[in-house]
Amino acid sequence: MLVIDRATYDAIVAHAKRDHPDEACGIVAGPEGSDRPQRHVPMVNAAGSPTFYEFDSTELLALYKEMWANDEEPVVVYHSHTATEAYPSRTDIGLASEPGAHYVLVSTREHGNNDGPVEFRSYRIIDGDVTEEEVSVVDTLPATTG
Amino acid sequence: MAIEVRIPTILRTYTGGEKAVSGDGATLTELIDNLESAHPGIKDRLVEGDELRRFVNVYVNDEDVRFTGGLGTTLSDGDQVVVLPAVAGGAPA
Repeated sequence: MLVIDRATYDAIVAHAKRDHPDEACGIVAGPEGSDRPQRHVPMVNAAGSPTFYEFDSTELLALYKEMWANDEEPVVVYHSHTATEAYPSRTDIGLASEPGAHYVLVSTREHGNNDGPVEFRSYRIIDGDVTEEEVSVVDTLPATTG
Repeated sequence: MAIEVRIPTILRTYTGGEKAVSGDGATLTELIDNLESAHPGIKDRLVEGDELRRFVNVYVNDEDVRFTGGLGTTLSDGDQVVVLPAVAGGAPA
């Protein structure tokens, strides 16, 4: 299950709507091992395409170095589909390289840049296997016990 | 000569779980061959034919090697190499 707070959920949706019709992409970082998506990092889609996304390689390195310095990892890796359903494509599955992350797909096919609901679904993608999981949007993430 | 190579999560199955390993080589090609001898199977994840795989990023001292000569990038003792899989995907055609 993906537990995500309302502010982060809204920020991801806003990003997808803003970038439509190009695919939007980004991550939400959290402390290593915590499964807490705390820090939203929208990224530039270097492909600038309605059917493909890719983080710029230099920005990718800067992002990972920042996470390593913060003892963080990518808890959520998200991107949007702008004309198709919010389900991972064969390419998405083949390129998924963070087995510990929740892969979030947002589809803006219905309303594009305008107000209106989007499809927001989350998956685990491990060794080519896709498992959809429930998304629980909460007001704030539960307090940490540690 | 010792070159530190940072290994991403998905390739740590080849390094016994280690997130950084040491290698040697005057060029990136040599370094990868050197890593392969210690961690069999890793080369095929990085290289296809005689080119770096499309969705694998390799950086030497924070520079993407695609800008520094690809697999021919020259290396020196103390260089830091980072391997990161591309974060990418596409909608169905």
